[in-house]
Amino acid sequence: MLNNITLGQYYPADSIVHKLDPRVKILLLVALIVGIFLGQNLLSYVPVALFLFLAARLSKVPFSMLLKGLKPLRFILVFTFVLNIFFLQGETPLLNLGFAVIKTESVITAIHYCLRLVLLVLASSLLTLTTAPVTLTDGLERLLSPLRVIHFPAHEMAMMMTIALRFIPTLLEEADKIMKAQTARGADFESGNLLNRAKAMVPLLVPLFVGAFRRAGDLAMAMEARCYHGGEGRTRLRVLKCQKNDYLSCLIMALVILLIILCGKVY
Amino acid sequence: MSEPIISLDHVSYAYEENGKEAVQDVSLAIPRGAFHAILGQNGSGKSTLAKLINGLYAPTGGKITVCGMDTQDEKNTWEIRRRAGMVFQNPDNQLVATIVREDVAFGLENIGVPTEEMPARIEQALRDVGMTEYADRAPHLLSGGQKQRVAIAGVLAMQPEAIIFDESTAMLDPKGRQEVFSAVQRLNREQGITVLWITHFMEEAAACQVAHIMHEGKLVSSGDPREIFKDTAALAPYHLDAPPMAKLAQELREAGMPLADGILTAEEMAQEVAKLCR
Repeated sequence: MLNNITLGQYYPADSIVHKLDPRVKILLLVALIVGIFLGQNLLSYVPVALFLFLAARLSKVPFSMLLKGLKPLRFILVFTFVLNIFFLQGETPLLNLGFAVIKTESVITAIHYCLRLVLLVLASSLLTLTTAPVTLTDGLERLLSPLRVIHFPAHEMAMMMTIALRFIPTLLEEADKIMKAQTARGADFESGNLLNRAKAMVPLLVPLFVGAFRRAGDLAMAMEARCYHGGEGRTRLRVLKCQKNDYLSCLIMALVILLIILCGKVY
Repeated sequence: MSEPIISLDHVSYAYEENGKEAVQDVSLAIPRGAFHAILGQNGSGKSTLAKLINGLYAPTGGKITVCGMDTQDEKNTWEIRRRAGMVFQNPDNQLVATIVREDVAFGLENIGVPTEEMPARIEQALRDVGMTEYADRAPHLLSGGQKQRVAIAGVLAMQPEAIIFDESTAMLDPKGRQEVFSAVQRLNREQGITVLWITHFMEEAAACQVAHIMHEGKLVSSGDPREIFKDTAALAPYHLDAPPMAKLAQELREAGMPLADGILTAEEMAQEVAKLCR
């Protein structure tokens, strides 16, 4: 389905990965995260990396898009690496810097942690890149619906997310309009120190909030007029159904987990 | 004539917050398949009336019957809302989903229509308002008139017998207004859907079969818009402006031109003037 919402980082394409059931994709991500943490040694990340590489290839998402997800992570990566190198205990000295001795074990552990982080981010990026926000919400609702027995509001949560997704562009537009109106009347949003700029936001945020509440009231009324009365007795336009590829991908994931465990035993 | 689809019997409504009576002793009946207008300035109680008919508010006095059901009875609420749909004023604040097709499906999902039936009903509803090619668009990228037509499709998919339009063109530009109004006229003509058109635009009310004028919560006049608008002086206390052509005709008549009664549009004016020139 063509979906021209520029929200999140969804990359529309016609691929096997895009067409997978969102529930399966979410579960695969969870499984992969577990797999990543099961890893005992560097070798066990190979199956994970291979799986991700294959999935990314099949998804037709350009690698550059995928790697962009790592960009905000670069400081954390460097920080984790350096911290681990200096503070972890080890026996085999690798490098003597004078003020500290770097141990081989600590370097390996540092690489461990960084690899884990990178793989985690890549895996979750792949999910959000190949799944439209609405579909993702749908999948989450279905996955969480068994929790209704313990009164977890799965439907309400999904409805909230859908409405939020629907209204983000509308509210952004409104914010832009208010900003222009205030600028026209001499408001200054750009100069001054942080405090001044924060203060300048007040005449923007107040009308925006008031407007949002008014919208919420209107929308509630409109939803009621269209017979909305909660998740009870509701049918769905889109029914999620697992297909051959969904089962196949689960099988592959099982293999990956198995390989990870095996790799842990090799040493 | 068969029983009216919407009937109000001495209906009053007072807001809880201030006890002010927004609607006072209003009685009216709308026959099946009719196209009625409720006209009034801001604060005349016309929007409150719409919400009363839809069961969003319960009357504090009198009785409202929609499709033979009493709106006071809570077990009728959903059936009334399905059979007498409502389209609101702000096109942005009544669309729920992020894709047009899914928004049209929203009402169907709520009333529990089986999944297999949905696509056909959605297609039909979108076709009826001429929005088929926008089925996969995001609502925020549409124009105001298009959004309102999507909102109409959302109501239409539920196969209602009547639709109440609560100032649905008030926030649109002239082009969007025209687009929405003619879509509604077509629905009334071709599918026999009863329309209650609430507005403060006299031009629109003039195109309806019957106009009801509201002023300060009361129904002050009902009848053929041509008859009502003819007397521009009588409309003045209701702070309504007669359509410009009706005013012009009045002035020309006073100046001695023998124009016929009931001129409301520029076209009718042109025809009348052409007749005189012959």
